[in-house]
Amino acid sequence: MASLHLEGTPKTPHVNFDHETGLLELKGRSIPENSIEFFKPLIDWVDKYGRTPQHRTALHMQLEYFNTSSSKCILDLFKKLETIRAAGNEVTVLWHYEADDEDMLEAGEDYAGIINIPFKMILIEEADSTQG
Amino acid sequence: MLERIHDLYDTLERQRVLLSFKGDLTEDLITALLGIVEKKLPLIDGDARSRKRVFNVVVECLQNLYHHNANMKVKDGMPVPTKDPHGVVMIARTDQGYSVLTGNFMAGAEVEGLRSHLERINNLTPELLREFYREKLADGTYSKNGGGGLGMIDIARKSGSKLEYGFVPYDEDNAFFSLNVNVTT
Repeated sequence: MASLHLEGTPKTPHVNFDHETGLLELKGRSIPENSIEFFKPLIDWVDKYGRTPQHRTALHMQLEYFNTSSSKCILDLFKKLETIRAAGNEVTVLWHYEADDEDMLEAGEDYAGIINIPFKMILIEEADSTQG
Repeated sequence: MLERIHDLYDTLERQRVLLSFKGDLTEDLITALLGIVEKKLPLIDGDARSRKRVFNVVVECLQNLYHHNANMKVKDGMPVPTKDPHGVVMIARTDQGYSVLTGNFMAGAEVEGLRSHLERINNLTPELLREFYREKLADGTYSKNGGGGLGMIDIARKSGSKLEYGFVPYDEDNAFFSLNVNVTT
């Protein structure tokens, strides 16, 4: 299946979902007024990916901001991955956060407490913090 | 009229206003307002976490204003429907940090629900607020904009202080809702 690639905007993240490598990436910010509309193609893509997933799937979440309207959509995305994992595949969420951003770390912990997927909390090194 | 310009300037200066806007809100306008706030963020005192918190609170407040709006204004004492959501927003410096004020007309029928939601939030400790947030996040319900009632909880968590709010009944269908969020930096 085709990969899903979206450029980031001031309100929506850079998206790169690659079926061939099983590498999924959300980077930047997610603060649109209508998150359901933005996330629908992402969730649909993961749903379809779930029919022929790679043995290993990794989702990199590297967000500097997300609004509460995005947070339920992000949960839905994780739930699709949870189904893929329940079918016997290896799925990991890599949750990136900046050293001074305890709130983002907590947000990742909140998801990890709800979703049955292993989360890896990854501290972004200073040199990387200016990117994205 | 000309003196009023100076009065306006003087008031904005004395209240240490960073940004104020009153009128119809579109998605593009919210993007522009957030852009202005973001450009001013590096000037904000405090650490990166505080700056992010201020921005987060502004994002949520503007989106509440946008989504929970009766789409009306008052002109010459009469309610007038507006094409887009309508309201007022002001961000000002305070001694403890920043104050994010928003105001808009909302459906009178929703006042009691919002009031009890806000009362509940204000009675929770930071730990219980986080728990409440988790519960709401996990419960699988959606509001029409997707937030599922998380906005005010998040605002309270990020602000680090109690929410100040009030409702002014306007007519049998509408009330004016005012919210002041003090973000401690």
